[in-house]
Amino acid sequence: MLSINDLRASVEGKEILKGINLEVKPGEVHAIMGPNGSGKSTLASVLAGREEYEVTGGSVVFDGKQLLELAPEERAAEGIFLAFQYPVEIPGVTTINFLKTAVNEIRKYRGENPLDAAQFLKMVREKAKLVSMNDSLLKRALNEGFSGGEKKRNEVFQMAVLEPKLAILDETDSGLDIDALRIVAEGVNSLRSPERATIVVTHYQRLLDYIVPDFVHVLYKGRIVKSGPKELAFELEEKGYDWIKAEVEAVS
Amino acid sequence: MITETIDLKTKLISDFHAREAVMNGEASSEFHQKKRAALAQFERLGFPSLKNEEWKYSNVKDLISASYQFNAASSIALSDLEDLKIPEQEANIIYFINGHYSSELSRLISPESEITISSLSEAYKKDPALVNSYFNELTKEDQDAFTSLNTAFTQDGIFINVPDNRTVTHPVILRFVSDARSQNVGSQPRNIIHVGRNAHVKLAEAFRTLGSERSFTNSVTEIYVGEEAGVEYYKVQNESENAYHIGTTHVRMLDRSHFYAGTVTLNGRFTRNNLNIVLDGERCDAHMYGLYFPDGTQHVDNHTVADHRKPNSESNELYKGILRDKSKGVFNGKIFVRPDAQKTNAFQSCKNIVLSPDATMNTKPQLEIFADDVKCSHGTTTGQIDEEALFYMRSRGISRPEAMALLMYAFCADVVSQIKIDSIRTYLEEVIAAKLAS
Repeated sequence: MLSINDLRASVEGKEILKGINLEVKPGEVHAIMGPNGSGKSTLASVLAGREEYEVTGGSVVFDGKQLLELAPEERAAEGIFLAFQYPVEIPGVTTINFLKTAVNEIRKYRGENPLDAAQFLKMVREKAKLVSMNDSLLKRALNEGFSGGEKKRNEVFQMAVLEPKLAILDETDSGLDIDALRIVAEGVNSLRSPERATIVVTHYQRLLDYIVPDFVHVLYKGRIVKSGPKELAFELEEKGYDWIKAEVEAVS
Repeated sequence: MITETIDLKTKLISDFHAREAVMNGEASSEFHQKKRAALAQFERLGFPSLKNEEWKYSNVKDLISASYQFNAASSIALSDLEDLKIPEQEANIIYFINGHYSSELSRLISPESEITISSLSEAYKKDPALVNSYFNELTKEDQDAFTSLNTAFTQDGIFINVPDNRTVTHPVILRFVSDARSQNVGSQPRNIIHVGRNAHVKLAEAFRTLGSERSFTNSVTEIYVGEEAGVEYYKVQNESENAYHIGTTHVRMLDRSHFYAGTVTLNGRFTRNNLNIVLDGERCDAHMYGLYFPDGTQHVDNHTVADHRKPNSESNELYKGILRDKSKGVFNGKIFVRPDAQKTNAFQSCKNIVLSPDATMNTKPQLEIFADDVKCSHGTTTGQIDEEALFYMRSRGISRPEAMALLMYAFCADVVSQIKIDSIRTYLEEVIAAKLAS
């Protein structure tokens, strides 16, 4: 589904990603871990199409398409979803209106008819239940004055509505207490299916107690330096990242 | 250029004297004496230059470099108005064409027990003393040359009186149309609105242009807000690329009254709005909202004054602008809190989005506070569209232009939602959405 090949990217002339290779197949959950500044969020941002990052080399193929040639909105319409680490507050645009525009723009891209108000509302109500999203939040301006937990829940809710093929969760656990974490994780898990894949970007192992990955990759200095099964996450939790750093330094 | 400047001024002054010469006795009236004094003031002040602090960022050189046919006759018909796409609505609708009241086009639906509406010239014929008691009373200290010019040349406009304790069910919409199809035209409407004690009314002034020659509108409105009265006053400018507009509104509020102003400038070559509110009573509240969208090389200038003269009142102001291309915007907001006006609350905010590196916005809040127990705040922001918000929306599948339109629309929404005449708000929503999508 997703094939990342020697991906290199820099921001303001500084190279952050120095050759990433990653294969993700439908139904899989991949965790990307690593110390601060290793390039985890950069990878998520580059995949979603954030413009401040300059791709300097490599390729990304998503469902047979050259992803890096697509605008962010085209990537979304192709089925990529980024759950933001810091969801943006947008005064004056209600969550419901925002999502209706998004759903119908994506449908237009795919050559489908727009949903009418009744169809849309019915769908949204079902999805809101899935992540215990309060109706009153839907009518409020997007993320404006939402608590940290509400913002993250809103991300997962949007994901449920847009039904992406590949969901990328960027530090979704940051700033969440344990209850909020569980609700968000349950939402993500309820969307798991054999056709969908998930990339979980996280610094800590605790989110992975709830969203259990098939593979864990450690990103360090812009490269994936170690990959393994879910147990690798426990090892990192226990021992920290220093032993990985030492291993890398010893080789280079 | 300087010669031409003198030309328009000189021409106006000689026009005044020519008209005065054939006045047949009326020239000695008190009404005319006010006009004559205003002319003398205009003669002394002359058209403002950039050296005038109040006109520092707004150059009228271009405006005064042409000649205009004032109060030109027009053969405008109802069918011509269709070209302007004016929405149908249940309201008292009064048309002025090139400054002339048009009884054929106008339609009054409110009963006279609720409100009396007549042209200023009719009202003066009927009751000169009454009209004279309101004429130029709120503007007499105004030191602006354009206000003096309007006063000197006052001929027509609207005279509205809402008696005490009346609530006017239907809004009053004044439509000023400049017919610039065949020549440069000028008009100087003068409006007097008196709202009695505990009376309530919604008013709007709408300015449109037909044709592509130049139009110059210099309008002045005086609004008297009685004790416990409530007035909503909206101004919508959607004029041509060759329209020059100077609009001045003076308001005096008495005890426990409420006043809402909404000023929306959609289109026009050069626009200057002066909104001066004197809170001359206790426990009144004044609200000023403004919105402007200049593009091309358009120029929009809003000057406002909230003058607190008595204790315990509140003023609240929010102006917003989106500037594109090489357009220019100016905001100057003055708040005066006089020594007697203790416990005043005065808030002011002006927010702008500048979408092009060639567009400029000049903002100047001016607070002069002479009382010690007051709450005042002001803030201005000028920025670009929020790229992070744009990316967030695009990452959900919304195209860049659609996301821009949504963000800009949202930016305007808190001003547009303040407009309580439904048909005008709907009209604005449509025009703004179309403008933002372009």
